[in-house]
Amino acid sequence: MEMYSSVPEFRVVIDRQACRLCKRCIENCSFGALEWRDNKVKAFDDRCVACQRCVSMCPEDAIALRRMPSVMSAHPIWTENARRDVFTQSRTGAILLASTGNELHERVIFDNLLLDACQVTNPAIDPLREPIELRTYIGRKPRFVELEELGDSVRLKTELSPALRLEIPIMIAQMSYGAISLEAHEALARAAVMRGTTMGSGEGGLHKKLYPYADHIIVQVASGRFGVHPAYLKAGAAVEVKIGQGAKPGIGGHLPGTKITEEISEARMIPIGADAISPAPHHDIYSIEDLAQLVNSLKEATRYKKPVLVKIAAVHNVAAISSGICRAGADAIVIDGFRAGTGATPKVIRDNVGIPIELALASVDQRLREEGIRNETSIIASGTIRNSGDVAKAIALGADAVKIGTAALIALGCTVCKRCYTGKCAWGIATQEPELRSRLDPVEGAQRVSNLLLAWSIELKEILGAAGINSIESLRGNRDRLRGYGLDHTTLEILGVQPAGS
Amino acid sequence: MRIVADYKHYKQLNEEVFQAVQAGVAELTLEDVNGQRFIADCLTGKLKIDIYGTPGNDLGMFMDGPTVTVFGNAQDGVGNTMSSGKIIIHGDGRDILGHSMRGGKIFVHGDVGYRVGIHMKTYKSNVPIIVAGGHAGDFLGEYMAGGMIIVLGIHNSAKKSEILGDWVATGQHGGAIYVRGNVDESKLGNGASQFPLTADDEIAVKKVLKEYCQVFGLDLESVVDSEFTKIAPLSHRPYAALYTSE
Repeated sequence: MEMYSSVPEFRVVIDRQACRLCKRCIENCSFGALEWRDNKVKAFDDRCVACQRCVSMCPEDAIALRRMPSVMSAHPIWTENARRDVFTQSRTGAILLASTGNELHERVIFDNLLLDACQVTNPAIDPLREPIELRTYIGRKPRFVELEELGDSVRLKTELSPALRLEIPIMIAQMSYGAISLEAHEALARAAVMRGTTMGSGEGGLHKKLYPYADHIIVQVASGRFGVHPAYLKAGAAVEVKIGQGAKPGIGGHLPGTKITEEISEARMIPIGADAISPAPHHDIYSIEDLAQLVNSLKEATRYKKPVLVKIAAVHNVAAISSGICRAGADAIVIDGFRAGTGATPKVIRDNVGIPIELALASVDQRLREEGIRNETSIIASGTIRNSGDVAKAIALGADAVKIGTAALIALGCTVCKRCYTGKCAWGIATQEPELRSRLDPVEGAQRVSNLLLAWSIELKEILGAAGINSIESLRGNRDRLRGYGLDHTTLEILGVQPAGS
Repeated sequence: MRIVADYKHYKQLNEEVFQAVQAGVAELTLEDVNGQRFIADCLTGKLKIDIYGTPGNDLGMFMDGPTVTVFGNAQDGVGNTMSSGKIIIHGDGRDILGHSMRGGKIFVHGDVGYRVGIHMKTYKSNVPIIVAGGHAGDFLGEYMAGGMIIVLGIHNSAKKSEILGDWVATGQHGGAIYVRGNVDESKLGNGASQFPLTADDEIAVKKVLKEYCQVFGLDLESVVDSEFTKIAPLSHRPYAALYTSE
């Protein structure tokens, strides 16, 4: 049967006069979109993902990528993407796989929130001349502090819970070795060390090369329990239980056997070539009481020396669930919003399940305050933190810190071509192929991620200084320093934010 | 060294065990254990721990090396995510025994509960093994990715007429379950099927059962003198055709 085959998304335009036939573009294209035919570079538009690798590597700037000039007839509801998806599924009868974050909902509430600054009545602070504190402690804080006088000295009588000390309120998110390359993992770990923050192991265990950085790594325990053993738990700065993630709330994960190389099999402790299947739930957690049991087992395992975090996707009942998680003994709750990125997820889940991080964060912070247990746990927000403005707004909405995933990968060279699931990342990030991996230098990559974190830290200080605040602690949950612009009444009410001008 | 658990909180009991191990004690006897959780959690090395009474949930969780013997019944989560070592239960085990276990052995004299051996996995020489002398509840070996489970049905304290519950080995993609006797096909979940034992299977099963019989003082010949059924996955990549992108 003749079927219309969908129009390629991009057109590779090669300037034949400028091209000096060096074939560098062909060597660099990991998607097979460029081939050597009849003594010239031939482009196969349907394979191009616009990852920009060839454009960057061409010494003559002879390649340009354009959106395909040939268009389908326009329809406001049956968009090209909607039609493409139906074509694909009618051919294959399979679940559509996607990478990166939600593409269906373009609106980001952070963009409708405005920060405050001082004018006349209270002085702004110049961060270049006065100290501004960004240091953040993640973990349970005591309700009150008891001191004991011992002759001339004073001793802290209250027993403190273990806490993570972060020099900046920005952490690097959980991305597994397997989803990303060892080089990417190492670059992120090095960057975390350089900036005094943490990165996450993801659920794929920890390669032995990463152990030297483990005091800046939060080791994850997910439903598949891949690579979880005593040395791993004891090595990390903290342990994070992953219940869910923003890009795929409520579902498990399948790392295809084709991606289980020898090194990945070692870190995950599973056979080469077999699918690594993470069940949707933890089968030892069917209730808050069961979660408490896992949290306590991890505290026992690490002899009460490390904070235990619990990560959930932002879903409808996130506030009530978070209250339960707090009462289950979690030292921090990580809330991952519905725009969060991923290496691979069913598209229908990515685009349709979960709620925005801004609303989830505000409602969790509010709920824990109302119940008088906000001090019992820290809140970490993630899922599209794109710049320092988003960081400041998330903190003002109630977060103790934020986590960044996609932003850190972009710092490593990711161009958001959204093909992580293919394992062919031309920039050496979401791939396990040795030739592609060698394109990413972990030391240089770490420097770039570190630069990004440094830049955001300086900007955060500018934001705080402008607001006349000299410590990030004073911005935390300080929604009075936010105003909503173009937001409806109900949204503002949930955010606990006044409209601009009021 | 002897520690009386009595009504101590698990935190205190486990701290005492931890301190003893830190001090170099290699053999411990815990008496009057009353449901204290997380005993032997994350302990490593060649330790011998005897438990009298009923240990609580997650006995031997994350454990890597010790031999724990329970003279009584155990509760849920025995050997949860354990790496290596041995857990011997002279009574019954309960739910999620051997959850995500990646090595070592769990020998149970009697019955085991629901969701036993879920997501067990093998890595090189680490092959987790569970043997239950009695009945096993529903969802045995769900998501099983490696290792060996043997269910004998000979010490059936629950007086169940069948050796296995329902939904056995749903989503299994590695490892094998051996059952003494016949298994009705309707007991199996998606992804698993019954196979005849190969000569290698018979050797492997007999080797494990020899050790099991020694532990509990049973006659090996009368235990192996029966038909065994093997339940194994149809594919190591059950979801290979589940996804598409373009």
